[in-house]
Amino acid sequence: MCLGIPMQIQEINENVATAAVSGTSRKIYLDILDEDAKVGDYVIVHAGFAIHKIDEEEAKETLRLFEDAGMFDHPQEGDESP
Amino acid sequence: MKQDIRGKGTITLDHGGGGRAYRELIHTYFLPRFANPYLEKMDDSAVVEIPQGRVAMTTDCYVVDPIFFPGGNIGSLAVCGTVNDLSVQGAQPLFFSTGFILEEGFSLNDLENVLIAMEEACREAGITIVTGDTKVVPKGKADKIFINTTGIGVIQPGVDISGNNAKAGDKIILSGTMGDHGMAILSQREGLAFDTTLKSDVAPLNHLVRQCLTMSREIHVMRDPTRGGVAAALNEIALQSNVGIRINEAAIPVKEEVRAACEVLGLDPLYVANEGKLLMFVSPGDAPRVLEEMRKDRYGKGAQIIGEVIPDHRGRVIMATAMGGTRIIDMPLGEQLPRIC
Amino acid sequence: MKYVDEYRNREIAERLIKRIWETCHRRVTLMEVCGTHTVAIHRNGIPGLLPEQITLISGPGCPVCVTAISDIDCSIALSEKEGVIIATFGDLLRVPGSETSLLKQRSLGADIRIVYSAYDAFSLAQQHPDRQVVFLGVGFETTAPTVAAVIRRAREAGLNNFSVLSMHKVLPPALLALVTSPQVKIDGFICPGHVSTIIGTGLYQKVAEEFHIPCVVTGFEPVDVLQAIALLVEQIERGEARVAIQYRRAVSPEGNLKARSMMEEVFEPCDSNWRGFGVLPQSGLKLKADYAQCDAERIYDIPPLKSQEPPGCICGDILRGIKRPPDCSLFKKLCTPDNPVGACMVSSEGTCAAYYQFSGVNIA
Repeated sequence: MCLGIPMQIQEINENVATAAVSGTSRKIYLDILDEDAKVGDYVIVHAGFAIHKIDEEEAKETLRLFEDAGMFDHPQEGDESP
Repeated sequence: MKQDIRGKGTITLDHGGGGRAYRELIHTYFLPRFANPYLEKMDDSAVVEIPQGRVAMTTDCYVVDPIFFPGGNIGSLAVCGTVNDLSVQGAQPLFFSTGFILEEGFSLNDLENVLIAMEEACREAGITIVTGDTKVVPKGKADKIFINTTGIGVIQPGVDISGNNAKAGDKIILSGTMGDHGMAILSQREGLAFDTTLKSDVAPLNHLVRQCLTMSREIHVMRDPTRGGVAAALNEIALQSNVGIRINEAAIPVKEEVRAACEVLGLDPLYVANEGKLLMFVSPGDAPRVLEEMRKDRYGKGAQIIGEVIPDHRGRVIMATAMGGTRIIDMPLGEQLPRIC
Repeated sequence: MKYVDEYRNREIAERLIKRIWETCHRRVTLMEVCGTHTVAIHRNGIPGLLPEQITLISGPGCPVCVTAISDIDCSIALSEKEGVIIATFGDLLRVPGSETSLLKQRSLGADIRIVYSAYDAFSLAQQHPDRQVVFLGVGFETTAPTVAAVIRRAREAGLNNFSVLSMHKVLPPALLALVTSPQVKIDGFICPGHVSTIIGTGLYQKVAEEFHIPCVVTGFEPVDVLQAIALLVEQIERGEARVAIQYRRAVSPEGNLKARSMMEEVFEPCDSNWRGFGVLPQSGLKLKADYAQCDAERIYDIPPLKSQEPPGCICGDILRGIKRPPDCSLFKKLCTPDNPVGACMVSSEGTCAAYYQFSGVNIA
């Protein structure tokens, strides 16, 4: 129920930032972002607001999992398992 | 882009009165731009001689908002749009009429800039505006400026282009990247303001078409995908010709900037307007050389074969997705709306 | 586009599809809860790539689809008030109310403007101090915090011409209604991505543990969806029911606490009418008394509306996954994308609209 697109922060002025993706830029608001963001960070933007800062490592991990035949044996987030 | 030429001044109701103010307006702004023997005669009707052949005629009204946008303005659209409608019929555009409805209070500076763009487009396309009309309406009865252009052109013998001519096996060529115009326009609309480097692709395509027609007698259909985008144009043709169309998502040229802008607003580039692109349905034998010829033109450099006509799924357009799946591309209902869901 | 294109990789998609075919040995029904997933699935032609034992059904996570007719009627009634500017997301414009839609109202002269963000509505109010701006608040937990943030700003700024008609809903009651309904048989959930960014995964733990249904929190690119389906099928085949986060680049188990606390500061739960579901207790959000000056429901006098579900419309059953569009007597005859009766047809991510696109064509 939510379109959200990864955009990169170009500049920040208090709770307002300019973010861009492939040549499109717009003003976004940081009011509900739960982490500090800095210029260069990628955030997911929904309805003009940043909702999450993308963790490069987590993003890479998803792609790494695709490579293994044993991807289903990896412990998954959200489990009680270690 | 916009030049401030004569300083302040606006259209008044007097300018539409048919009297001195009107004549001054015509002589100061319109005539100098389109100077030619037909217009200078200032007769009630222009008399032209046209070469032998079938005459194609088309008319279009231009009400775009905003009237100025990256890459052009309502004036360039008014000329190129009608040039292209004639071109995709296989006609060489020749003579145009143009009518203006101006809102009281419209800036004369803006009018001048619109007319300059029209002049440039006429020159590039090689067409002549032989007659015109201007009316002024009270403030609020029109949105700044509305333009109508009507054009006639001649079709060479042996050229038979029509929306119902598509044949199974025809290859479908798209002359370049899709969605540029629509997204450039949207970026200027208040409330959806996003910045982009995108420019409208508005351009006259008659030279490109003429060159392609010299390459092949097996060009069956041509269409410029304006409102409703490539999706609407292909659906119209599928219905008119009662054929199926299959296109290949991976083959469709789309600028990265257009893709991104569409993602941000929740739009699909297939449904976004173009003003300097065309679709061409060509027999499979001739398609490669038509494609090669198209790519020689400045407006066809990015041309690609994006699909073909198939005998099944008559009246429908299906797309092989980049993931290897299949999706139906429906006729759009109306204007695509941005979404957050 | 970074963090997007990598998840549109054809080669990876093919490997995942192959994996799904190899792993799936039984009939499986998966529900994608979120409307944006329905769009992603159909836009990429995913159903046609899966073995026919896998059935995908669309759930109630389409805020447009589940907005009650009475809420649309209320929005339209507000648009008729003198001096009011209605600011709305584009999604709502074509949703049919009892008699008409916001789009049609606009053609009659109502001042209805599309915005991309609640903040745009706030800016409108600042720019037009002589007008009353009413923002139509629709959306789940991804959107509600953004509206909460703007309501706070409006109060800080002392703006007295900005209000919100809250039609927001929250996911947990709907999801729990689904799993406790005897008619519904779902083997696995493709869980919303961005709602989970905000609420975390606690809700799905309950679904997995108490109802033994595996849940995978999923991203929106085709590779994300395919990986989620592969993970679900694998779990189902093994008889497991765990929560997995496929969309790890955007979701953490605890979610976004700041967003949630802002939402909780401004809104409180209330009973809410879900189109086709009826009233679900504590499933909606209304503004707290503290924020009354921004609450359109308190500010405006709206006469009681007689809003009715159109006869023959089975959107409710469709949203619950009990029936499919062809089961509806109105589908394709009276109810089409051009003339939608129920919201499942209006929204591009509604089950019926998505189904309509595929109907009558045998996709090889």
